[in-house]
Amino acid sequence: MTVENAQQATSDEVMVELRNVNKWYGDFHVLKNINLKVTKGERIIICGPSGCGKSTLIRCMNRLEEHQEGDIIVSGITLDDDLKHIDRVRRDIGMVFQQFNLFPHLTVMENCCLAPIWVQKQPRKEAEAIAMKFLERVQIADQAKKFPGQLSGGQQQRVAIARSLCMNPSIMLFDEPTSALDPEMIKEVLDVMVDLAHEGMTMLCVTHEMGFAKTVANRVLFMDAGEIIEENEPNEFFDNPQSDRTKLFLSQIL
Amino acid sequence: MTVHITTPTPDKAPPASSVGAVGWLRKNLFSSIPNSIFTILGLLLIYNLVPPAINWAFFTADWVGSTKGDCTSEGACWVFVIVRIRQFLFGFYPPSEYWRVITAFSLVGVLVAWLLIERTPKKGVVAAFTVFCYPIIAYFLFYGGSFGLPVVETHKWGGLMLTLILATIGMFCALPIGIILALGRRSSMPIAKSMSVVFIEFWRGVPLITVLFMSSVMLPIFMPETWQFDKLLRALIGIVFFQSAYMAEVVRGGLQAIPRGQYEAAEALGLSYWKTMFFIILPQALKLVIPGIVNTFIALFKDTTLVLIIGLFDLLAVVQAAFADPKWLGFSVEGYVFVASVYWVSCFSMSRYSQHLEKKLHTGHAR
Repeated sequence: MTVENAQQATSDEVMVELRNVNKWYGDFHVLKNINLKVTKGERIIICGPSGCGKSTLIRCMNRLEEHQEGDIIVSGITLDDDLKHIDRVRRDIGMVFQQFNLFPHLTVMENCCLAPIWVQKQPRKEAEAIAMKFLERVQIADQAKKFPGQLSGGQQQRVAIARSLCMNPSIMLFDEPTSALDPEMIKEVLDVMVDLAHEGMTMLCVTHEMGFAKTVANRVLFMDAGEIIEENEPNEFFDNPQSDRTKLFLSQIL
Repeated sequence: MTVHITTPTPDKAPPASSVGAVGWLRKNLFSSIPNSIFTILGLLLIYNLVPPAINWAFFTADWVGSTKGDCTSEGACWVFVIVRIRQFLFGFYPPSEYWRVITAFSLVGVLVAWLLIERTPKKGVVAAFTVFCYPIIAYFLFYGGSFGLPVVETHKWGGLMLTLILATIGMFCALPIGIILALGRRSSMPIAKSMSVVFIEFWRGVPLITVLFMSSVMLPIFMPETWQFDKLLRALIGIVFFQSAYMAEVVRGGLQAIPRGQYEAAEALGLSYWKTMFFIILPQALKLVIPGIVNTFIALFKDTTLVLIIGLFDLLAVVQAAFADPKWLGFSVEGYVFVASVYWVSCFSMSRYSQHLEKKLHTGHAR
């Protein structure tokens, strides 16, 4: 998969737009004047040192965190205090967490079907058929009746991806999806994500997996201290970093 | 550089002294000299206490007869309990209407067993019937006044029947109210939050005896004549409020143990607050606090004996009243042992069932 191929999948339709977004935790200014446009089919990697606000940035996009200034527009809907807007945005965005956050009291299948049945009002049979399709896609269909606690970390994260896909989102957010995994399990999760990228899903991914970034990303964003410092296509970004802070960061992780 | 290639070491059986009965005894009872001394002392104590107690209660006890004179042996005089068993079970409920009480309790017994035993069909229908229809049926059976059943005033209710009514209604109402209060206390809405806090702190801060006194003595003074309602009902409301405040704090403990990520995952999937609570948070939180819930249930069950101070004759009060019978003076030990064993059997069953439930609901994620 080359970068040229990847770019063919993108179009001009803007899926997520951030305009001058600012956010504070108490007095701590965590996001500073963030401007970002994500078009359909784009795959964006966000990296940066710990505490730079990269997780906060993507968590603002589905209102897990509230921003205080600026506009966030997702699929044409402006995120504000209106609960209906938040609901609609959340139906359009899937999210995968560092700690998987599967529901431990429900089986893999129930984890996948719960939201389709109770949020989208799908009939149970239909929801189960769709869930099975996605579980097969992440190669974990044989574990459908098990509980999350009986699966390995990599398997759990693949279930979490399938659970998000069951809601048929047009954007996927990944918040350090491989950081809590043992090294030998990282690849199985990344493979699923590469597949997803090839199918043209719009993805925003906070990760330090630079191999993954080079394979699938259209753009890499580097954040530090709440700001987007540098933004470039992956090969340029890694081979020819512009700012000193980016150079320092890359020298530490590579 | 050399490369070592070894075949895997085969598994060996553990040393004989660490397994089997001898291994167990050595490890748990005779691991050191002080432990051996304590083991021997403990065995002596058991030998000196348990056989005499069993002798008193069973082998040298009197079981048949109708008067005090029939108790001739040295052991317990269970004749006292057997002669008065109807009163102990039903209080002053008219004997011709006993069948109504038995029917009501048998029905709830069948319903509860249906719900608790695994692999029974149509649990949803049975649960709905138990929650919505059974209370109405039970009301007409116990109180009467309809379908040709004569009215039995609540002041005639008593004994084990009253204890069970108070405890069952108390449990069935205290849990849902407690859950609502716990959610309210953790809510971000200021009015819901402060109302829950005030309710919980008020009811948890006053002794149950005061609550019962207030409900039976003070309330009738303050309330207009036309608003007066049954004393048993007033006591019941007091017990439910009191216990739901305790329950709320138990449930809140469970809610706080659920990681933030569970809420976030549910939110990210677009689940609303109530759906998140109902499907994700409460099932996990309640499972975590089963020991606390059962603890509160057991405390509630035993606390119902306090209604005797407002003149309701529960099991303990009825048995105590029987001590005053001049024909049966001097049998309080038998009476108390009887009451204690009824309570113990009930509470121990709850405890066992809760342990079974914990095992059943364990889905392998606890560490």
